[in-house]
Amino acid sequence: MWEYTDKLKDHFLNPRNVGEVENPDGVAEVGSIACGDALKFSFKLDENRRIKEARFKTFGCASAIATSSALTEMVKGMTLDEALKVSNQDIASFLGGLPQEKMHCSVMGKEALEAAIANYRGMPVKEPGEQIICECFGVTDREIERAVRENNLKTVEEVTNYTKAGGGCGNCHEAIQRIIERLLSETGPVTRPKLSNIQKIRMIEETIEREIRPSLKHDGGDIELIDVIGNRVLVATRGACAACKASDITLKHFVEAKLRDLVLPDLAVEEVTS
Amino acid sequence: MKTIYLDNNATTQVAMEVLETMLPYFRDFYGNPSSMHSFGGQVGRKIREAREQTAALIGAEPDEIVFTSCGTESDNAAIRSALVTLPDKRHIVTSRVEHPAVKALGTDLTRQGYRVTELPVDKEGRLDLDQYEKSLTPDTAVVSLMWANNETGILFPVEKAAEIANERGILFHTDAVQAVGKIPISMKANAIDMLSLSGHKLHAPKGIGVLYVRRGTKYAPFLIGGHQEKGRRGGTENTSSIVGLGKACELAAQNMEMENTIVKKLRDKLERKLLDRIPKSRVNGDRFSRLPNTTNISFEFVEGEGILLLMDQYGICASSGSACTSGSLQPSHVLRAMGVPFTMAHGSIRFSLSIHNTEAEIDFVIEKLPSIIERLRSMSPYWHSDRQACTVEQKETVSHG
Repeated sequence: MWEYTDKLKDHFLNPRNVGEVENPDGVAEVGSIACGDALKFSFKLDENRRIKEARFKTFGCASAIATSSALTEMVKGMTLDEALKVSNQDIASFLGGLPQEKMHCSVMGKEALEAAIANYRGMPVKEPGEQIICECFGVTDREIERAVRENNLKTVEEVTNYTKAGGGCGNCHEAIQRIIERLLSETGPVTRPKLSNIQKIRMIEETIEREIRPSLKHDGGDIELIDVIGNRVLVATRGACAACKASDITLKHFVEAKLRDLVLPDLAVEEVTS
Repeated sequence: MKTIYLDNNATTQVAMEVLETMLPYFRDFYGNPSSMHSFGGQVGRKIREAREQTAALIGAEPDEIVFTSCGTESDNAAIRSALVTLPDKRHIVTSRVEHPAVKALGTDLTRQGYRVTELPVDKEGRLDLDQYEKSLTPDTAVVSLMWANNETGILFPVEKAAEIANERGILFHTDAVQAVGKIPISMKANAIDMLSLSGHKLHAPKGIGVLYVRRGTKYAPFLIGGHQEKGRRGGTENTSSIVGLGKACELAAQNMEMENTIVKKLRDKLERKLLDRIPKSRVNGDRFSRLPNTTNISFEFVEGEGILLLMDQYGICASSGSACTSGSLQPSHVLRAMGVPFTMAHGSIRFSLSIHNTEAEIDFVIEKLPSIIERLRSMSPYWHSDRQACTVEQKETVSHG
């Protein structure tokens, strides 16, 4: 069984804003029944050009329904430009997080929102020159590039979790790998969306858990996140690390480097004794 | 909340009599059956009895029973033994709808240079015996075909298929994990060389399985170690589970008729009423050559995980072949092999009953499920209630006329 948060379960069991807006200002349908999930999103603006009403119809699993419901709640009252800034991470965070394998549900929400706004503005949804990379799920190179950039994805498996690309026959794995490598080697820093404080802390925690702790544990050490003040990350070392003379070097060259690489380039790691 | 357990192809509850038979073998009779003292020896005698009980259920001889740790181990042991004892042959025949215990092993063996033929099935999930016969070559070492499919309950004609293999000197293995205890099996009356069964599918605990190996079949052990199981499977016997499995097999033999009368009747009622009450629903696979306890029903335009979670709110347990529940992104390989359309495959639910289910439970599911499907359909962009309900009515009028 999937580990769903209570908030996600609530949005699945008691979905908000199901249906279709009458005479919508913008409407879009993304996904397909063959892919296993699809979302029809529609909205109406008020006199101040803010979203007055947003509704959804979703075919898909519990997390697809819950992310759709969350999206309609989140964008209500926003201007279209504000709504366009909602990222798939924001949708996931609104629900208290999604299992990795279900992140594509949040991406589907983001895509539907953008497509509906493009529909209102009379703009084409697909950019010219887009190429289908994953034939099984109809995912294009642009979609993969965007998911990789916005979520800092590093492996084919992560791309599959976020976009579904590569989740079928697997023939496109090499093409996805090439996209990841191309983006990683691109000159200049990868642009990242601005993080809220809570998002920042959560990402630091996740990075420590996933990327840092396993290596330290391998050597008998451990690390604990004490606090985050601005861009100062306060940590305490445990186990073998606490007694290790080289722990300063580990903190600077490994922990800080990882956090800077994966979360924010401005982070500074400081050790506190507790 | 009461649990209504309709997921018996996933696992079953340990029968009370089975548990009671097992308990003394944790507590009092903990001796090693291989020991020379009578304290261990009495356990050895009990294992002999369990071996006889297990053999009796499938019409085999006790010395043809090898206790293993699970169905997967039995499947692996059977196929690998065939390849080891026939080292010049490099071809394996199986089907597209096998359990991962066989299917994933086939993929692994392909990487090691073996050739694996996965036979297709038709839209009812049936095997074409002519095509099967044509797939056998002088290079074929072993055939592995499941007796009953875990997702649909569909039965393969394995006895006929075993005869065909036998005539050509090819070893025949069947994964009968879902079939044993639900349909009569007599190994004396067929030509099957090896058969896998699993305890936890027939009210014994998890962690105990059996590989039946016909007398005279060359066998190379999978687990190499002590002399246990006549050298066919090393490792100290899982005594309490073996004793429990023996009891479960004895009970299964007694209850077999109930499976094919009472359980079948409940399954048929559940299936009929759900199809009647829920438009755009259908049974996946052949309804005639099928296990008595299983039905796989698709509800069009909704997704299985949502159905399962809403049923969970009422304590109803079942399974789905949808992509979201499988952990992969595609619906079940069994439904795909049958060519079930995507609109249907994503909304498939498997109900699998046991003798412990009651009519009141089935009535409760029949009462609750239509509104669950209705609720999810009202959220689905593909469902247009007026139009689609109409189509169903028109079709019914025609069929009545």
